[in-house]
Amino acid sequence: MKTIAQNAACQKVDKILFRNALVVDPEKGSQTKSDVVVEGGKFEEIGKIDATGFDGKVVEVNGKVLCPGLIDMHVHLRQPGREDEETVESGALAAMAGGFTAVCPMPNTDPATDTAEIVGFLKERAQDLLVDVYPIAAVTRGRAGEELTEMGSLVEAGAVAFSDDGDPVATAGILRRAMEYVRMFDVPIIEHCEDKTLSRGGAMNESAVSTRLGLPGIPGISEDVTVARDIEVAAFTGAKLHIAHISTANAVELVRQAKKRGIHVTCEVTPHHFTLNDEVVSSFDSNFKMHPPLRTQADVAAMLEGLKDGTIDVIATDHAPHSIEEKEVEFDAAPFGILGLETALGLVMKQLVHPGILTLPQAIAKMTSNPASILRLQRGVLRKGAAASVTIFDPDVAWTVDKSALKSKSKNTPFDGWNLTGRVVGLYSKGRWWPAETE
Amino acid sequence: MEFNRKHLLGLEGFTKKEITHILDTAESFKEVLSRPIPKVPTLRGKTIVNLFFEDSTRTRISFELAEKRLSADSVNFSASTSSVKKGETLRDTARNIEAMKIDLVVIRHGAAGAPHFLTRCVDAAIINAGDGAHEHPTQGLLDLMTLRDKFDNLKGLKVAIVGDIAHSRVARSNIYGLQAMGAEVALCGPATFMPYEAAHWGTEIFFDIDECIEWADVLNVLRIQLERQHKGLFPSIREYHALFGVTRKRLDQARKDITILHPGPINRGVEIESELADSECSLILNQVTNGVAVRMAVLYLLSGESEDGSAKGGES
Repeated sequence: MKTIAQNAACQKVDKILFRNALVVDPEKGSQTKSDVVVEGGKFEEIGKIDATGFDGKVVEVNGKVLCPGLIDMHVHLRQPGREDEETVESGALAAMAGGFTAVCPMPNTDPATDTAEIVGFLKERAQDLLVDVYPIAAVTRGRAGEELTEMGSLVEAGAVAFSDDGDPVATAGILRRAMEYVRMFDVPIIEHCEDKTLSRGGAMNESAVSTRLGLPGIPGISEDVTVARDIEVAAFTGAKLHIAHISTANAVELVRQAKKRGIHVTCEVTPHHFTLNDEVVSSFDSNFKMHPPLRTQADVAAMLEGLKDGTIDVIATDHAPHSIEEKEVEFDAAPFGILGLETALGLVMKQLVHPGILTLPQAIAKMTSNPASILRLQRGVLRKGAAASVTIFDPDVAWTVDKSALKSKSKNTPFDGWNLTGRVVGLYSKGRWWPAETE
Repeated sequence: MEFNRKHLLGLEGFTKKEITHILDTAESFKEVLSRPIPKVPTLRGKTIVNLFFEDSTRTRISFELAEKRLSADSVNFSASTSSVKKGETLRDTARNIEAMKIDLVVIRHGAAGAPHFLTRCVDAAIINAGDGAHEHPTQGLLDLMTLRDKFDNLKGLKVAIVGDIAHSRVARSNIYGLQAMGAEVALCGPATFMPYEAAHWGTEIFFDIDECIEWADVLNVLRIQLERQHKGLFPSIREYHALFGVTRKRLDQARKDITILHPGPINRGVEIESELADSECSLILNQVTNGVAVRMAVLYLLSGESEDGSAKGGES
């Protein structure tokens, strides 16, 4: 199989001019009609540029949005272990189709991403791809919640954060040690907040809907008590805590208060948690089954409020591919998780930007500069001289999700057949220009 | 009246008119059951498979008998979910059903929504014979039929469901069915057996059995799953019986006639006093008889045979 970089459509260009773009600068919060020149992999000029005599490649953007390359700081690429569901390469293709130029795979692979060798392997797999891969390594060996991983070596190998995602760090005791230790490297701990003694056996949000359907419930407090625990341990140790896939109104309020107290806490929400509520489970379709579960409409409203007031810093997808064989079973028996990379931008535009919940620069910041700053990545900004990766997308184009057309190896999306607004037009990443395939 | 549903997945959303039609049909089949030769050719040539992924004696026998009384060809498939990897069997079985040209599938499964999953895999009409803690619609219907036989009109009748509501499919089908028929429903049991936001059903909720008996005309007493004790949901059988057991003494205190239903099998001396289960206020055996008639009615109405004998079209 040809690697993406060898693809003819994907040319290496040292000097490129993007003309007539709606340039969104997430740091300034601005959107301006402008041109952008990238040279030698760096932003060279942003402003009105006279194209006459320009000796590089010229891309006519036609008023579409140009922003720093989108970052998804929470994906599952299933490599190593479940290459039948996704690989670094297929995940990268899905990321590109979704407009992302960087992804952060979670360590709940098989074996767990808990050694420098595995982090190195993932970085190497991504070398020739158009998408940058920044692995997140396990907090504890085998994600078993007992012994710390070799965090120093892992950071050196390229790990940008630590998480036992799929599970929370098992106990407050080991979390405290991890947070103390990780401070030496100034990287965050990302927590999947779920108290298993409260959630075990559950299949959906515990609510009037679970009561009606007779499905075992996962109560919101399972998330809330762990968020509260983690915030206090972060406050005590001074470490940076990032809450993954926040989903309850209470958890958002806990983060809001923690930020007021000056604790280093940030959080992310997935597109499905700000779009769907648990009523959809009534169909017993396992594409509505994920961790944390879809919550109530009041929780969805709290997600929108948190996005709006800045409590929620990041939009991340928790892209979780599962095979059809495993997913298309009774609701109870199905694994947790849904795809996210290829529908995220369309949902952000449709659910957040077009209805006026977030401005375009605010939404873009939650997918570029904010995750970059949390993970200390040298990207996600539009400064002159900064490393350049670019996403160009049409903010208004309407399109219909067709799961058979997805680039991911898996097809488990609840958004099949949905009409979304906003889609990638092209990417500039790693010195290459990739025009998205249009249908 | 036309019966326009393709499947019977649950009683949620059923109208009084639909339920009345099923019960009326069941009454005419009940008459068949009292004949010297209790058999009609109604479903001759129809093939029915009984898929039981969970142990069940009563419901399975009741369905089998209903199928035989209607002259259908039926086959049984039993598999314990514990012995096979969950999910695999149902999916594979569904493929087989498709290949064998089965008209109706009766399914009992430990997972809520398993019958719904099956409707997406096969063309046959699906009858839910109990799915996890979701619904058990034919049980709900036979309870309604039994109460209608005694009370004629269910409007305003006060029915209390006593026991482990959270884990009971019988409770859910009863709530939907009774409310559709205009009855008032109350739930009674330990707080750990009450599902989250149970009040959304618009039911009364009692944590005191004596208050509940005071309120009720009918007690539908659920079977207590003894293994729940080990999951920390209640402290002991003794405590359960002391707080929620339905006893003669408690009924006497209420000084009024109370009718008792129980979906069976009974844990005598746990949720209900043994003597009471066999007493004049118990309709437990009527429930069993009506179970066959109700299942005949449901099989008939979903078989695609319309009342004038021609095949029924349309889907719902």
